[in-house]
Amino acid sequence: MTTTRRDFLKVTALAGGGFTLGVSLPGAVSESQAAGTLHTPNAWVHIADDNTITLISARSEMGQGVYTSMPMLIAEELGVDIRKVKVEIAPVGEVYTNALLGGQLTGGSTSVRDGWEKLRVAGAQVRTMLITAAAQKWNIDAATLKAGDGKVTGPGGRKATYGELADAASKLPVPKDVVLKDPKDFKIIGKPTKRLDTPRKVNGTAVFGIDVKLPGMVYASLEQCPVIGGKVVSFDASKAKAMPGVIDVVQIRDGVAVVADSYWHAKKAREAVTVTWDEGAGAAIDNASMMEGIRNAKDAPTPIKKTGDAGAAMKSAAKTMQAEYWSPLLAHATMEPQNFTADYKDGKCLVIGPAQFQQGTQGNVAAAVGLKPEDVTVKTTFLGGGFGRRLEYDFAVQAAQISKAVGKPVKLLWSREDDTTHDFYRPMAFHRMAAGLDASGKPVALTFQLTSQSVTQRAFGLPKGALDPFMAEAAVVGYDIPNMTQELIEHDSGLRVGYWRSVSHALNAFANESFIDELAAAAGKDPYQYRLALLDKQPRFANVLKIAATKAGWGKPLAKGRSHGIALMEGYDTYMAQVAEISVKDNEITVHKMWVAADLGRMINPDTVEAQIESSIAFGLSSVLGSEITLDKGRVQQTNFHDYPVIRMSQMPRIDVTLVKSTEKPGGIGEPATALVGPAVANALFAATGKRVRKIPLSPDNIKSA
Amino acid sequence: MTTSFNLNGKQVTVKAEPDTPLLWVIRDEIGLTGTKFGCGMALCGACTVQLDGAPIRSCQTPVSAAAGKKVATIESLSKDNSHPLQKAWIAHDVPQCGYCQSGQLMSAAALLRTNKNPSDADIENAMSGNICRCGTYNRIRAAIKSAAAEMRKA
Repeated sequence: MTTTRRDFLKVTALAGGGFTLGVSLPGAVSESQAAGTLHTPNAWVHIADDNTITLISARSEMGQGVYTSMPMLIAEELGVDIRKVKVEIAPVGEVYTNALLGGQLTGGSTSVRDGWEKLRVAGAQVRTMLITAAAQKWNIDAATLKAGDGKVTGPGGRKATYGELADAASKLPVPKDVVLKDPKDFKIIGKPTKRLDTPRKVNGTAVFGIDVKLPGMVYASLEQCPVIGGKVVSFDASKAKAMPGVIDVVQIRDGVAVVADSYWHAKKAREAVTVTWDEGAGAAIDNASMMEGIRNAKDAPTPIKKTGDAGAAMKSAAKTMQAEYWSPLLAHATMEPQNFTADYKDGKCLVIGPAQFQQGTQGNVAAAVGLKPEDVTVKTTFLGGGFGRRLEYDFAVQAAQISKAVGKPVKLLWSREDDTTHDFYRPMAFHRMAAGLDASGKPVALTFQLTSQSVTQRAFGLPKGALDPFMAEAAVVGYDIPNMTQELIEHDSGLRVGYWRSVSHALNAFANESFIDELAAAAGKDPYQYRLALLDKQPRFANVLKIAATKAGWGKPLAKGRSHGIALMEGYDTYMAQVAEISVKDNEITVHKMWVAADLGRMINPDTVEAQIESSIAFGLSSVLGSEITLDKGRVQQTNFHDYPVIRMSQMPRIDVTLVKSTEKPGGIGEPATALVGPAVANALFAATGKRVRKIPLSPDNIKSA
Repeated sequence: MTTSFNLNGKQVTVKAEPDTPLLWVIRDEIGLTGTKFGCGMALCGACTVQLDGAPIRSCQTPVSAAAGKKVATIESLSKDNSHPLQKAWIAHDVPQCGYCQSGQLMSAAALLRTNKNPSDADIENAMSGNICRCGTYNRIRAAIKSAAAEMRKA
């Protein structure tokens, strides 16, 4: 057990310490793991004798399109038709580590940035091996051979499919140095490509975690303490055990599980279980005390960046401004409620389900059921949404513990109420902003201070006082302001917190981009022109800002009752500007249209890029318009979509996306658009009403009381 | 006590207690997992199936309500994706995570049964009970219009 924990901690420490950027090439190519007719020249390509080619995605498919974009990178260099390959999600393996995050995990809009070079190299390696195998077979110079469309061809009409060459090729050494294509020769990368997972997502055959079936499988429903972190003192399951279909009622670390022959039987019987809880310290938390604690936090500030001398510049400024901003607790609310299937048997454990963090799942399941990580097999299904919630593995651990307790394969399924009340919430955030303006209204000083809770301290054991890089995201603006300080206060409010799509970009962009709008207003300037004047040294920022403003017709007369707001940010190496067009009636906002300009460098699948921007706007807008988690006596007050509303089709704005053609390295696109919706809409609200609402959500209540 | 109904054109008889939601009968007892569980309160539409052609939330419909009636799930559209809605969903690359799409498609199919040329407002009205956390709404709207156009030609 000690070894297991230490091994796992090593994994998490690696994950926690691996924030520095850098792409590691796949020197560590795994041994062939397939038998029979399947050949695995390297960890990313499986070729069968019949020329069936399977490409591996080391990233989880949760809607962002990696099931297509990762294989596109390999296929480009391998020389295969992307429409003819099969795709599998990788097992747990060192070679599948995400070099940008230091673990085998999907998040942080890193998939393309991590895979951009190494997956092309992987494809090129296999192509080179296939050509070498053909050259040896035909006893001719490899330079005379060509590979493409799943075959190697040579002079005199020589031809062999990859399948025919795969056995010989997979016995060759993996070449260290391979030559990658010139991007101008790309046939797949950068071309809009139909997603490979769509066909089975329109006929019900895509397998999500909830759809997993194992022989002899039973179903579990888990009663957890209404206060997160509370423990079972005692429970009475006598009534539940007499109910139809119930097999057993077992206690695990997080609660009491009812196991039955169907989910419905398990859930019904769970309602008949009475549990006495030790609610623990969490029972003392409520929203008011959290806000009070955050506002008065005495934790030492951690510097992010210092430019010039903001204090001195503030003193000599013609005018100074201060403002405070709040962002609320949020749940992820994936469409697929949390679930996992586990089969603990003979000292091994198989866990199958929707996971964003395979290594964490493996290590934590192993530790919880007393096995070594290598005795835990993790299989990843399609994810019915991730958004950061499935970076956690609480549900996988629970499923494994229940399976071990009852000695059967178990599918654990949470209800929507379980899901909403037992999330790892986006932390509450509080910003203190200040600025000094010169006589012309130009900012000469800016200070930024975020107080919030560090997810990374909990999730990866980041030491207190160390800068949590995920809290510093988008804290430093691109504007040319000579004197700036950015700092953060990491304050633990006692509620468990998690990474939520775009993480701190959304928090920090709301404060920064609302505040710059306030400065423009104080200076009597147009908010677009005011920003643009501060971007002389930032061509990528200025370019996207201009595009978004131009496309939206910024400054031109609008239809009656409509108004525009603008916002700008760099995140995940992507530069983005948004303009929101809204109207307001009885303090209720309608967002009619969003214009987005994005410069994310090279793109793999531009159609997916657009889809991710649309998706991010919908996700961001839900949080901006109304969803909010609140606590009373440590209990999350919201339970389902009636009190945690997310946007529906009628609230979805029309979206106009402009993608900048670029030869820069790829940036991430799964998240940044989420972060700009808040400030763009808040700035439009100011333009519409003259009211500066500094608190998300921009709900009728918050607008009224602003 | 058993309940019999027609599922996707075949007669089925199930053993589940009459108050068991149709969703769990379809998924766990019959084993058709295309229909999804999202909220259990008829708020999100992930579990949408058709009962005698009308869209219903199977998580809140007891199996007894299906007795002697026709139930259609996502699996009834077509296995080979030849239904105009499936073709349109593929053409517009609508799904992202895909979890809500069975419900979206069954709501859309019910709409097109009665309205061959739906306006934006008609579509928004018919689809407002179906949540998509990936925000594929604009593509759903466009795909429904494409499918409707194809069905009008046929």
